[in-house]
Amino acid sequence: MTTLDTKLRRDLRRLWGQVLAIALVIAGGVASLVLSTGSFRSLDETRTAYYERYQFADVFAEVTRAPKTLVTRIAEISGVAVVEARIAKLALLDIPEFPEPATGRFISLPESGSPLLNRLYMRDGRLPGANDLGEVLVNESFAKAHGFEPGDRFSATLNGRKRELTIVGIALSPEYVYAIGPGDRMPDDRRFAVIWMSERALAEVFGLEGAFSSVSLKLMPDAVETEVIDALDDMLEPYGGGAAYGRKDQTSHAYLEHGLDMLRNMSRTLPPIFLVVSAFLVNLTLSRLVALEREQIGLLKALGYFDTSIVAHYVKFVAVVALIGIVIGSVAGTWLGVYVTRLFGDYYRFPFLVFADSPDVYLLAALLSMFAALGGAFRSLREIVSLAAAVAMQPPAPPSFQRTLFGRMELGSLLSQRMMMMVRGMARKPIRAVLATLGMAFATAILVVSLFIGNAMEELIDVTYFMADRQDATISFAEKRPETVLFDVSRLPGVLAAEPYRQVPIRIRKGSRERRTLLSGRPPGADLSRIIDVDLRTVSLPETGVAISAYLGRLLDARVGDTVEVDLLDGRRRTVELTVAALVEDYFGIAAMMDSRTLSRLLREAPVANGVHLSVDDGKLDLLYEAIKQMPTVAGVALQRVSLVNFRRSLAIIVTTMAGIYTGLSIVIAFGVVYNSARISLSEHARELATLRVLGFSQGETMRILLLELSVIVALAQPPGWLIGYGLSWLMNKQLAGELMRVPLVVENLTYVLATAIIFVAALISALVVGRRVYALDLVAVLKTRE
Amino acid sequence: MTETIFRARSLTRTYLTGEVAVHALRDVSLDIQAGEVVVMLGPSGSGKSTLLNIMGGLDRPTSGQLFFRNTELTALGERGLTLYRREHVGVVFQFYNLIPSLTAYENVALVTEVSANPMRPDEALALVGLEPRRNHFPAQLSGGEQQRVAIARAIAKRPEVLLCDEPTGALDSKTGIRVIDALVNVNTQLGTTTLIITHNASIHAVADRVLFFADGSISKIQVNERRLPAAALTW
Repeated sequence: MTTLDTKLRRDLRRLWGQVLAIALVIAGGVASLVLSTGSFRSLDETRTAYYERYQFADVFAEVTRAPKTLVTRIAEISGVAVVEARIAKLALLDIPEFPEPATGRFISLPESGSPLLNRLYMRDGRLPGANDLGEVLVNESFAKAHGFEPGDRFSATLNGRKRELTIVGIALSPEYVYAIGPGDRMPDDRRFAVIWMSERALAEVFGLEGAFSSVSLKLMPDAVETEVIDALDDMLEPYGGGAAYGRKDQTSHAYLEHGLDMLRNMSRTLPPIFLVVSAFLVNLTLSRLVALEREQIGLLKALGYFDTSIVAHYVKFVAVVALIGIVIGSVAGTWLGVYVTRLFGDYYRFPFLVFADSPDVYLLAALLSMFAALGGAFRSLREIVSLAAAVAMQPPAPPSFQRTLFGRMELGSLLSQRMMMMVRGMARKPIRAVLATLGMAFATAILVVSLFIGNAMEELIDVTYFMADRQDATISFAEKRPETVLFDVSRLPGVLAAEPYRQVPIRIRKGSRERRTLLSGRPPGADLSRIIDVDLRTVSLPETGVAISAYLGRLLDARVGDTVEVDLLDGRRRTVELTVAALVEDYFGIAAMMDSRTLSRLLREAPVANGVHLSVDDGKLDLLYEAIKQMPTVAGVALQRVSLVNFRRSLAIIVTTMAGIYTGLSIVIAFGVVYNSARISLSEHARELATLRVLGFSQGETMRILLLELSVIVALAQPPGWLIGYGLSWLMNKQLAGELMRVPLVVENLTYVLATAIIFVAALISALVVGRRVYALDLVAVLKTRE
Repeated sequence: MTETIFRARSLTRTYLTGEVAVHALRDVSLDIQAGEVVVMLGPSGSGKSTLLNIMGGLDRPTSGQLFFRNTELTALGERGLTLYRREHVGVVFQFYNLIPSLTAYENVALVTEVSANPMRPDEALALVGLEPRRNHFPAQLSGGEQQRVAIARAIAKRPEVLLCDEPTGALDSKTGIRVIDALVNVNTQLGTTTLIITHNASIHAVADRVLFFADGSISKIQVNERRLPAAALTW
């Protein structure tokens, strides 16, 4: 080991506080990239593996009743590889010691036992016997929510008749990675079950012998999905079908895709920002740190060291600092990535997780950090090494100060001499002052954007659950019912108000842009389920025309007044032209809404309802539940409050956890930056400060001068920090928007306050730590040696 | 006849410090013989340090020529100057300029590692009487000890020229005399040409020649017939 390396080792140890602080800034940037990309890739690979191994279908369709003979014809459609027909029906469940009505989606298993498509991952137990009509398989999350094990029993109202069912096995399916009940917005494992039973049993119960009500297709690799869907629709239309859809519109897949999209978009937005900010800050800090070594560099030159050896020495120092950061960041990022993967893996029901290796991500993060660190060192080294040895060993020539604007404006008299020292010091090196302020501003900004995500969630909950959808419960029927059902429902115990709704699957199109969604009809003046616009005002639906989500408007490029084409995929299927009457800024899904009477006219049917929104007297909930369980026509009940609780428990937890992780990383970065600023400022001013001490300033006074510059920079950095933070939030908001969910761009004042408060706390703690060094200044030594 | 080791012709150095042009050296011409001890006296800003820095290859003149033996230093590039410093020159500074994170031994080793024919660091420390303190860091050494480490560092490479800028400036007289003694000792034992800048007129007695500086030029040269030992100095 050369003596220079010994110096390197000792310098690293001597400056350990700063080394660690800079390393942590680097680590923050590296960790954010590693964690988000790592978790996204792991989940993406998990999904791919799950879908492939368990033969997740490509195209899905529901029919009222189609003969099994049709299957051979469907298989002949060009591009179809595998066809599987089955029976799938919704039914209410009655679970022992669970008052709320739950919904089960019953799916038939073929005679052979295991399905060809959407195959089951058996967690426990066995498949139901083909001849034992009371045996069922249930999905794992439902079983877990109720603590069910094979052998446990519950009952269901199947086609109007109550039946006892025995659980013989527990399974997972790629079709229900995200299992959501009818009318619900969030999965509720206690109230929604996927139940598999033998085809014979279901056919017998629903009178579907020799027939099917649901079909899944696996396509050839070169098949054109839209063509297959069109051909399938034509074939199924006579049997009450005709609204086939691809994976894109399959609920579980769409939600999973959206979740992964959010994760991917977060990983494409925040970590690059973090990485760039940390790189910038490291560059800035190391440049100042190396500049402090001016005399030692001069000495090494005087002793006959080549410039290259001197540069190599400092490059090694900086590289070691960067390496420490990269290692900490990689380890923390990997750990957090696994944590986030598990969190998501828990939320989406995967039977297994694949943890993806991403060497390229580590390499990218490492290279960028290293590059930024070395760049900072080089910036200073180039300047110092070019000086003659004798000049480098001398202190820099007294900088040519000028009377600043303050002085000329006679404002100078208002500022103390100490203030003037600071103002002139900053004015002397304006670029450094601007960069330092900008660095601090970025620290504030990344705090703002991290905290913004939490804000957005709260706003989303507020608008969606308390302003728009104010119903307590939503009943959905297995089949559409005449609107007179409203009278029956209104008489149920505890019901205070009831509003029917009609939902029709549609394809909505403008030019070549098309989306599949639900068109919901609402009675005029609907008060429970309201439409809230961008400005949070209630929108009343016009008598003609359709109101659509603003996001859907953007997807279709449709504005108010434009005409859109709508395929009604229910009842008498027709294509109609409608005028866009309003754009609604909503946060969930892409919706189309219109007056229910107009919708009935379009469908050429008497007023019917798919369900009813209810306002309920809390005290009579149990009676209501009991009554609903007795209604054979009800397929499911969605409970708004439960949905909100689930939302907070599941998605919100994920989003806020992510936000929490990013906030944590930004706190680390902010702290590293502030601490280093203070430390370097102390080194840069050590002689000045010692001189002041000799002149009779107290330790406290001296410390205040040191902290004055720090606090001015911190204070100056806040407004631009808020601005940059808002800009980054806007970017995040755009990146996170998807068809299933959007987050509102709401950055509350409290967020700015909090971000700034965190920076100030970091500054205060740094000040206390660095302040101790002011007390320890060796006056004689500082004045005699060095400069 | 001894060999001329330095030949300076019309050396001029002008600095721009801040907004002021300082004429640090004006048209200085001088010859120095190998093995000489030369003391440079004069008030602050009279040009002593500037000349010393130029001779040490630490700085360049604005105009004029300087030869080290037959090599024109003023014609050398950065690399040439670095090699010159590395192979031929040892420098002792007023404020020692030791690396605080290295021990006495390591500070000397810093130089021996890049020299062609150095002594062992311990040998150099022994020459200045500091071998027992070899493992102490600069902060654990007194000012005089630190300066002697600096001298050990300067001589460890067996330089032909030893340049000392105010080596006793920061020291009390007793310590200062020990430092001068170490320098004279090195000159006697190794034949190193030694140039010493000082404010302290009494040091001139150990020199072969004394150069008096004023206002950027050499105003007077005094030749000592007989050199006194350092122990005979007082101030």
